[in-house]
Amino acid sequence: MGEKGLFHIELNQRTRRRLHNFRSNKRAYVSLYIFLCVFIISIFAEIVANDKPLLVRFQERFYFPIFKTYFETDFGGEFEFEVEYHDPYMLELIESEGWILWPIIPFKYDTIDYYMDAPAPSPPSGRHWLGTDDQGHDVLAVALYGFRISVVFGIVLTIVSSIIGVSAGAVQGYFGGRVDIVFQRFIEMWASVPTLYLIIILTSVLSPTFGLLLVILLLFNWLSLVGVVRAEFLRVRNFEFVKAARALGVNNVTIIYRHILPNAMVATFTFLPFILNGSIVALTSLDFLGLGLPPGSPSLGRLLAQGKANLQAPWLGITSFAILSIMLSLLIFIGEGFRDAFDPRKEFA
Amino acid sequence: MSLLKVENLAVSFRTAGRVIEAVKSVSFHIEEGETFALVGESGAGKSVTALSIMRLLPEKHVFYPSGSIVYSGKDLMKAPEEVMQHIRGKSIAMIFQEPMTSLNPLHTIEKQINEGLTLHQRFSAAEVRERTIELLKLVQLPEAEERLGAYPHQLSGGQRQRVMIAMALSNEPDLLIADEPTTALDVTIQAEILALLKRLKLRFNMALLLITHDLEIVRKMADRVGVMRAGKIVEQGAAAEVFERPRHEYTKYLLESELREGAVQVKTEGKTVLQTNSLSVAFPIYRGIFRRVKGYVHAVNDVSLKIKAGQTVGLVGESGSGKTTFGLAVLRLISSSGSIRFMERELQNMKGGYVRPLRKEMQIIFQDPFESLNPRLTVGQIIEEGLKVHHIEDSKRSRADIIADVLQEVGLEPDIQSRYPHEFSGGQRQRICISRTLVLKPKFLVLDEPTSSLDMSVQTQIIQLLKKLQRKYHLAYLFISHDLKVVRSISHYILVIRQGDIIEYGPTEKIFASPEHQYTRSLLRAAFDFETSS
Repeated sequence: MGEKGLFHIELNQRTRRRLHNFRSNKRAYVSLYIFLCVFIISIFAEIVANDKPLLVRFQERFYFPIFKTYFETDFGGEFEFEVEYHDPYMLELIESEGWILWPIIPFKYDTIDYYMDAPAPSPPSGRHWLGTDDQGHDVLAVALYGFRISVVFGIVLTIVSSIIGVSAGAVQGYFGGRVDIVFQRFIEMWASVPTLYLIIILTSVLSPTFGLLLVILLLFNWLSLVGVVRAEFLRVRNFEFVKAARALGVNNVTIIYRHILPNAMVATFTFLPFILNGSIVALTSLDFLGLGLPPGSPSLGRLLAQGKANLQAPWLGITSFAILSIMLSLLIFIGEGFRDAFDPRKEFA
Repeated sequence: MSLLKVENLAVSFRTAGRVIEAVKSVSFHIEEGETFALVGESGAGKSVTALSIMRLLPEKHVFYPSGSIVYSGKDLMKAPEEVMQHIRGKSIAMIFQEPMTSLNPLHTIEKQINEGLTLHQRFSAAEVRERTIELLKLVQLPEAEERLGAYPHQLSGGQRQRVMIAMALSNEPDLLIADEPTTALDVTIQAEILALLKRLKLRFNMALLLITHDLEIVRKMADRVGVMRAGKIVEQGAAAEVFERPRHEYTKYLLESELREGAVQVKTEGKTVLQTNSLSVAFPIYRGIFRRVKGYVHAVNDVSLKIKAGQTVGLVGESGSGKTTFGLAVLRLISSSGSIRFMERELQNMKGGYVRPLRKEMQIIFQDPFESLNPRLTVGQIIEEGLKVHHIEDSKRSRADIIADVLQEVGLEPDIQSRYPHEFSGGQRQRICISRTLVLKPKFLVLDEPTSSLDMSVQTQIIQLLKKLQRKYHLAYLFISHDLKVVRSISHYILVIRQGDIIEYGPTEKIFASPEHQYTRSLLRAAFDFETSS
């Protein structure tokens, strides 16, 4: 059994035990299943909800409008414009010599439907399953794209801020003493900066984008894990197996990664679902206040704001509320399941 | 009629779908004023038996498949909770092993003793105070009156155990259950507490149910003894009878596993492996806002010793005497002053990078085998780590083979490499710790109380293993322990240390036969005769 063999066996045994633990938590398992389904659908949102057809058959040839830009002249039109497939004139042109395969939702988040049967915001109908907002955007399309952007934002923010937070906590806890004190004071000062004001000021000076919002929220989000990880490190570093490793001549970096970090990760895992949800809510609330993503982006926060502005159109508020609350609950359930699966007390039972 | 009669008691626990039978069949009785000892190794079910007498086990998880517990005519197993509350503390009292966690750290000792008094009896405030002082004087707490307002952390371990006893005695119980009352204490304090219990027992005419793993204590204290193993009493009878003529195999085994023989015979004098010259360790005390050094705690003062290959030096002292600190300082795991010569090279002031390759020659084994193995690494990975750090390769054999050999050497199966530490018992874990150091082929080992958290019979096996390895590889040991019996069985030389100062240093036989210093004498008396110097 070589080095690889050892590692291989460890992975197998441990992963199997964790997987088993996770599966035995029915609620988490079902939540993960539902969440993954929705998330995978939302990853392919361009195919599910788009104002361009999936496939066009015209004069014995196939066209793929989602992947390629066609001009009206391609379909026998008169101008060198990009095809507007909802335009009745174009529809007539194409369907006279072929057919069109539409996505399930034939609208994108920013498609303004000029051919609605009711004035915007229009109530749910066969054409718009969850109605439209007051600018004629399809609510379901907005929700789908908004869900994707929220989850991706949340996951990226969580991962990056966890890496920073865990590293900072690890350094503080492991080295202790002066390093710890200096860091602690810095963190106390940093944490007392009024975050919201800073964000308002920054977003009014710079034009907010996905990346910029990520950086701004990151500035403060990493703090949440530092304390926990630091405390775990302070505890674990005094264990005798750490002393034994030092007596073997193992260097500090290896001790941190191999001996302390895995033992300190349980506390981190406990916090992760809450950090993830916090990140999503942070983005949503900024969008709700109008300080978030640039106008025209699909966003659950903006949809929520629409619902507030148009109380006569309850489908706006209800949709955004339902999506947010279901998404956040699912994530918490999944997080709980992961945490329990990684809990060494259960793992070793 | 017996004071307490336990018949055919069985106790099981329900956890996560499984049923664990902690006690299978236990019957014994205790007469008034008698001392009955339950002796056995950890996991035998001694404490569970005691707790079920008090009905203190978690009601949700515990059930009793059979048995009865009759206390002066009352069946305690069927008694309603109100009756039990009346019996607990009033008729049957209990003291526990760990005096630090058995006292509430947020209350003064006066308040804690008062609680027991006022629960069961009517007293005026003045009477309660008077009675508390009386109790504290009875358990010989020095300056009892001034100590009423003290919090547990202001007392030493022995003093805390005295307070626990005072609490237990506050209502003059008929039966006192003492669950390993001295295990966490130093030898001299252990002797004092046992003497105190003996005296109080006579004075109050109490019966005493003593639970312990230490046969020596049983020999000194008990009238009758029950030997427990795996939830059953395998032998019981008068203490003298059981010790003289043990009938059951297990009792014989326990008695035989007491350490008797001495250190490994060395034929040729080896080279000097380690020599320290006035080694001192001082911890700075920081005060004030700027954390300036305002003084030093001297943990080790001017300790000089020499250890030759194949030799063991026993370092003996009570807790807080600086034994462990010295052990860590010798390996340069904490900073110190004075000279440390290892294999004829001066370690002190050597740069870290130069010490690292030497680390494979000098290793340490710790007391607690549960804490000294990383729970998230496999046994193979744990042992392999040293090989990785020191880039030890063998062109002919893989590392896994080297590890398998070492595991066999310490008496473990070679195929346990992919298993995790939690799957092993304390003794097996300690063997894993030994193999972790042994794989590097060290010349010098610091053994920091390697057996004190193990059962008696396992302790003997580990000591025998260490001696076997010493004989085979000519290892030099620095054996740190508070247990004089263990130290005697392995050491060639003994160094007695108190508060960082050397008290006495000499060959083992000489120290045990004719100790020169008063302190050494009192240590020996406390350890072997449970006598106190006072």
